[in-house]
Amino acid sequence: MVMVTYIEPNGSEQNIDVPEGWSLMQAAMSNGVDGIEAECGGSCACATCHCYVDEAWAARVPAAAENELAMLDNVAAERRPTSRLSCQIKATADLDGIVVRLPTSQS
Amino acid sequence: MDTSRIAGSASVMQPGEGPIVIVGAGQSGLQVAESLRSEGYAGQILMVGDEPCPPYHRPPLSKAYLAGEASEAQLTIRAPEALTKKRIELIAGVGVQSIDRANTLLTLGDGRKLAYAGLALATGSRARPLPVPGAGLANVFALRTLADTRRIAAALETAQRVVVIGGGFIGLEFAAVAAKQGKTVTVLEAAERLMARVVAPPVSDFYAGLHGSHGVAIELGAQVSALVGKAGEQQDVVAAVRTTDGREFAADLVIVGIGILPNSELAEAAGLACERGIVVDACSRTSDPRIVASGDCTARRLADGSLLRLESVQNAVEQGKSAAAALLGTDRPFTAAPWFWSDQYEVKLQMVGLSAGYDTVVSRGAAEDHRFSVFYFRDERLIAIDSINQPQVHMTGRKLLDKGNSLSPAQAADPAFDLATAAV
Repeated sequence: MVMVTYIEPNGSEQNIDVPEGWSLMQAAMSNGVDGIEAECGGSCACATCHCYVDEAWAARVPAAAENELAMLDNVAAERRPTSRLSCQIKATADLDGIVVRLPTSQS
Repeated sequence: MDTSRIAGSASVMQPGEGPIVIVGAGQSGLQVAESLRSEGYAGQILMVGDEPCPPYHRPPLSKAYLAGEASEAQLTIRAPEALTKKRIELIAGVGVQSIDRANTLLTLGDGRKLAYAGLALATGSRARPLPVPGAGLANVFALRTLADTRRIAAALETAQRVVVIGGGFIGLEFAAVAAKQGKTVTVLEAAERLMARVVAPPVSDFYAGLHGSHGVAIELGAQVSALVGKAGEQQDVVAAVRTTDGREFAADLVIVGIGILPNSELAEAAGLACERGIVVDACSRTSDPRIVASGDCTARRLADGSLLRLESVQNAVEQGKSAAAALLGTDRPFTAAPWFWSDQYEVKLQMVGLSAGYDTVVSRGAAEDHRFSVFYFRDERLIAIDSINQPQVHMTGRKLLDKGNSLSPAQAADPAFDLATAAV
């Protein structure tokens, strides 16, 4: 299990044990974390699972593919340097303790 | 009869009042439930679903799940605990038998009665059955539910020759997964090109080539006349698919993907207006002011009087939001341009708008590069865009169409023209 901290738009924190191999989007959805819509169910087709990876962790997350970068150009909330689509980040042991913040809007 | 409610001007529900019952625990039913909560409704919410599981993402069924890239647990949209936290009660594994509108009462499949103050129908759709002899043979599947997919995944393990009936999205997505697993795959499409009802010839041709390059045999103009069982002791297992021109295609697994039918029977029996689905307005209201409907089961009445059926996640979600708002007395019309996507091999198709009735088609980019978009125009006005591996074009196109903006066919064809300027 990989511990992931989600900080919801209202500031509340949720610590969730995410099975390795799951995306941060899947774990957030399943656990009812507010602030992720994920309309496409995780295929990088909708840009509604946007998150900001905590700066301390940003460099440890594998880089975004071209497709994800294009979708990130179109997120509803402000795009920042650490913006990612949570469906494209897989939980790995390396990311144990990662913190992500969710934007105020997804669509 | 309280006609002000039919006009949609009065609130059906007061906060704290209830219960609201949602029939259907799929993507749209769940959206209704969650939107009711996020919009401040504090009363009881009951969601009744005939599948024995919490709501799950359906798109990965024909893609990542079958390919073994996602587990069943990963498909779950909300786990039971997450529903409980939002005080959404899920009655799973039970269908609804009837709606008594006069007494605002539902009868469930197990005989239970549920009173409702507001009712949402999100009953979804089912696979259109194949009307030929042999369609009931073993190893002939539709691909619609998690249970279907579970059976297909099991059968696929030992199957070698796979025949897909129907060259639409579901069939082609399945064909891609099966081909990648090294199966011998044949797609039988009755029309003269793939996905003919929804895309222009350049897109159909591209996909025919794409599947061909992965070894999939595409048979166009192929009308299925019968499914034939194995001779001998296994009469009940499919062995071949026969076409009207007398050809036979050997198969140990057959997928039927020839469209879906809205589950509107419950609504019809209750006397709600139904025509190609449960008829709703842009705010997801049915002909009964206490009842809303959303998702695949609906047909939306447009301003010009015509009916629009959309079969997509976006429609399930957007209508679900509108339905919740309507129950709470608010108009939240669904006006966004329809969008849809399909993943086949490493190629992502993203579509926005409705291309039906186009008179001009313009391509931008090169199909050989697996990166191009097709722009559809009617009377010089942009009505839809299909993008292959061009998410930026798709997303810009969504903004453009949502704003009701257009561009000229010449601009669309000009790679130097910045689409974003048209979307502003």
